[in-house]
Amino acid sequence: MSRDTLSRPEPVTPRRARRETRGPRRRASRTGARNARAAAAFVLPFFALFALCFLAPIGYALHQSLFTTERTGPLGLGGQEREVFAGLANYAQALSDDRFLTGFGRVLAFGAVQIPLMIVLATALALLLESASARAVPFFRSAFFLPYGVPGVIASILWGFLYVPGISPLVKIAGSVGWDLDFLSRGTVLWSLANIVTWQFTGYNMLVLIAQLKAVPGELYEAARIDGANAWQVARHLKIPLIRPALVLTGVFSIIGTLQLFAEPMVLRPLASSIDSGFTPNLHAYSEAFVGNNPHAAAAEAVLLALVACVLSFGFLRLVGGRTKERG
Amino acid sequence: MTRPPVRYRIITASLLTIAALYFLVPVYWLTVSATKNSADLFGTFGFWFSDHPDPVGHLVDVLTYDHGIYARWFANSLFYAGTGAVCATLLSAAAGYALAKFPFRGREALFNVVLAGVLIPGTALALPLYFLFSAMGLSNTYWAVLIPSTVSPFGVYLCRIYAAAAVPDSLLEAARIDGAGEARIFGGLGLRLMTPALVTVFLFQFVHIWNNYFLPLVMLSDSGLYPIQLGLTSWTGYADRQPVLYQYTVGGAFLSVVPLMVLMTVLQRYWRTGLTEGSVKA
Repeated sequence: MSRDTLSRPEPVTPRRARRETRGPRRRASRTGARNARAAAAFVLPFFALFALCFLAPIGYALHQSLFTTERTGPLGLGGQEREVFAGLANYAQALSDDRFLTGFGRVLAFGAVQIPLMIVLATALALLLESASARAVPFFRSAFFLPYGVPGVIASILWGFLYVPGISPLVKIAGSVGWDLDFLSRGTVLWSLANIVTWQFTGYNMLVLIAQLKAVPGELYEAARIDGANAWQVARHLKIPLIRPALVLTGVFSIIGTLQLFAEPMVLRPLASSIDSGFTPNLHAYSEAFVGNNPHAAAAEAVLLALVACVLSFGFLRLVGGRTKERG
Repeated sequence: MTRPPVRYRIITASLLTIAALYFLVPVYWLTVSATKNSADLFGTFGFWFSDHPDPVGHLVDVLTYDHGIYARWFANSLFYAGTGAVCATLLSAAAGYALAKFPFRGREALFNVVLAGVLIPGTALALPLYFLFSAMGLSNTYWAVLIPSTVSPFGVYLCRIYAAAAVPDSLLEAARIDGAGEARIFGGLGLRLMTPALVTVFLFQFVHIWNNYFLPLVMLSDSGLYPIQLGLTSWTGYADRQPVLYQYTVGGAFLSVVPLMVLMTVLQRYWRTGLTEGSVKA
């Protein structure tokens, strides 16, 4: 999963932004031309590949989503195939496909529960580790961060074994005290997936928050303590507001990550009959392309997925951004 | 500074310990299970060793199964992640450096396009990318996974921020007056001053490519080109018919996680310093 590429926070301070735009003073137009040539040479390789791997696929998907394959053979099988313009028919079909919509509803419910849980857990761990009463901080920090280094597929295989009866020691322990645990039933499997994602990314988000906590000058905490604030008050009224930008970023990237949910359900599918090929929107688009052999419908679904991700993340940014501004 | 009361310290320690158990127990399970054969994997208690653990023998089995296909997958992963991350770092460095240090028309527009790239969900791109690459005849080749791995919008973003803060204009001016060409200035001065950011970009891109599953899954059909993750899931797919593959999957998962654990320990340090420096130095 590529949630990791996306979840890179980097607060930009206004001061730094100003410095960047100032640049070297322009002395003569000759220098300017030389600058432009050099800049182009530096920038071109990246942007050529960026165009090939980001812009072109989006354009191609938009284009493909507007066409459909017409088959002229008997029963629509074999015979001649040709591409015909279909307008928004692929979108209409996707939006009226119950399984696709159910998949969307499922990942939204997943995100509504998993993201707040994970962020609260990451914040709590970050604050605990940064509190003066914590010992063995490097050990705990590494332990919490470790799962981030386990690829989503491996994490899913790992937890899959911990879920499946017969191998799982967890099921065995629960069974021995008369508790019939079923991690993979229709009702529980979504939350078993949520556990895998939480396990993987909490430590990562925690490090983001710790980095921001460290950037806060220590005198601020001293001042609060001298004013008689206890540890809880310092956390509640000082630290949490100060790490708000990092919290917002982890939130946005978690939303994007959730909508892409794919590897975890894909890997657990052979173990859990409750996961079908439309379990998440991404899984649906994948099977539309490779099992249903319908790339046009898959393209439309990929475009819809990207759109929803954009709308949700920008919506979330606006929602919390307004309040951040009031704070100055 | 006064030391917090013992009561606080005990509560803190217990909460941190519980959390550590949650994060470490699955890894512990994997380690224990890698020492077991198929029968013991199902027959013995998962959190403890069997009566006759044989880690070395089982891992050798994993490596030699099917003419050493696992080793091939491992090498593929190293190739994709290593080559991809090196290229991504150099491309990002050049672009980020230029965006920070050369005022040219359309600079901010370009930068905004990069930022949008950071926000586009990777898997929403993978399918369209497959359609495009397969139209170009590139799918099911090394290039299909390698080319997209060399593009890191986040890397450009980080390099620009870092270059703006860490590469002084006066130094560049001095080098220009001395008659050095722009390429030499970048290679000799820019890259050196940007090293901490470059290490961060490299490590993150490496882990990102190593962990990527969706892109190779859609791009590759020849199992000789698979990275580890894809190979392991192909094993679990056959495990129903060939139960010994459960054991190989566990052993293979263990082997694949070990190098990343090492990398993580290194990465954590660099990443944190990179991030804090980025936000403090301005």
